[in-house]
Amino acid sequence: MPILVQHRQIVVPGQLLAEGRDVEVKSQHTVYRVGDKLYSAVIGLAEVQNNRINVIALEGFYFPKVDDIVIGIIIDLGLTSWTVDIRAPYTAILHANDALNKPFNPLKDNLRRYFDVGDLLVAKISVFDRTRNPILTVRGKGLGKITKGKIVEIVPSRVPRLIGKKGSMINMIKEETRCQIVVGLNGRVWVVGPSPLHEEVAILAIKKVERETHTTGLTDRVRAFIREELKKRGLVS
Amino acid sequence: MKPEGLKLINEEGLRVDGRKPDELRPVVMEVGVLKNADGSAYVQQGNTKVIAAVYGPREIHPKHLTLPDRAILRTRYHMVPYSTDERKSPAPTRREIELSKVIREALESVIFVELYPRTTIDVFIEVIQADAGTRTAGIMAASLALADAGIPMRDLVAAVAVGKVDGQLVLDINQLEDEYGEADMPIAMMPSLGKIVLLQLNGVLTEEEFKQALQLAKKGIMKLYEYEQQALRKKYVEIKPEEV
Repeated sequence: MPILVQHRQIVVPGQLLAEGRDVEVKSQHTVYRVGDKLYSAVIGLAEVQNNRINVIALEGFYFPKVDDIVIGIIIDLGLTSWTVDIRAPYTAILHANDALNKPFNPLKDNLRRYFDVGDLLVAKISVFDRTRNPILTVRGKGLGKITKGKIVEIVPSRVPRLIGKKGSMINMIKEETRCQIVVGLNGRVWVVGPSPLHEEVAILAIKKVERETHTTGLTDRVRAFIREELKKRGLVS
Repeated sequence: MKPEGLKLINEEGLRVDGRKPDELRPVVMEVGVLKNADGSAYVQQGNTKVIAAVYGPREIHPKHLTLPDRAILRTRYHMVPYSTDERKSPAPTRREIELSKVIREALESVIFVELYPRTTIDVFIEVIQADAGTRTAGIMAASLALADAGIPMRDLVAAVAVGKVDGQLVLDINQLEDEYGEADMPIAMMPSLGKIVLLQLNGVLTEEEFKQALQLAKKGIMKLYEYEQQALRKKYVEIKPEEV
């Protein structure tokens, strides 16, 4: 069962990762098997744990999954539904019934009153089976229209690193910058802080995490980075 | 016809540009050269320069091209007007249409298209300077760009042409050797799986020569594969943690 790569090593498509049937694979799309051999399908970081191997993609796009929280932009509206860009290969649909807490009558009401083209929203994917475009819902805690703060976009495959193990990275950024941060799994991040300067520091930190995803000891470096930046702006003494 | 006195292989067994028969041209590969594409790459082999861009997976327009069970791949191989000695009309020629097709078919066998139904992956290959071997450089640029876009694929594709000039098999032929040689055989492979994804042959080779040519190409492909892997890794190795 030899595993041929080291933990956190950069792997490229076609690279032989391991041989043997007893090696477990965690991810479905970043590692593939031919006979007894396991190969990487993407550029990524190898994660090796005992007899388990996984590749975390460094580049990539967002592919929708049911129950994912995403941040979308309204791109069009129809009579009873909105079309939403969620940075995925498919545009998503938000039905009026999934957005309002009352029955919607297109004769008497207009969707534009609730969401207009260009509006941003935090939504959850409620239905998606690949044969049809994903359907969103904004009913639920923390979902709905975004009215303040800033949005940053990062490479979707680096979202897990931004969140960190059990949220260690994102919680640290939240605490240090005193910002509220919502990470959409589609790589859009919503930042609301006590002041635009706080938000700026949080965004710089997020961009730093994105850029240095594949390096080690990142959390501590980002913490130091945030404190430094806050000091520069006179936000802490 | 061959110009009077042109010798493609000299007395010392070296070729017109001073290479040995089994020697590749100098290679430059770079990944992520275009900001607006989802993935991009630049490949240079001698005087052949190619740039490739990948977009997607994304929604298909026009909609009727959609396939319910897999992604479609659309490939455009194009030579810019100033890529050749004589200005080339920018309109796609028969040759470019054919190459677009064979490159598309080669890449289709590499990408896991069945993971992304109803979408398209668009690959644009622009030859900015042509000195033979543009399809092989193009296919390598495309495979690097696909990897850069994060599209799951079985392997990178490495490709090289083997030619026969003055009766001898040579690796990675240039324009002169292509024009006045007896045969030209471009080959593209998934090197770690040992699978051939493209093979064409212009001219005549005997069965024995064909086998030798294949071996020669494999040797070149393994070297190019190394360069490709290095180019991909370089993008990340260069980003070092900043000292705070």
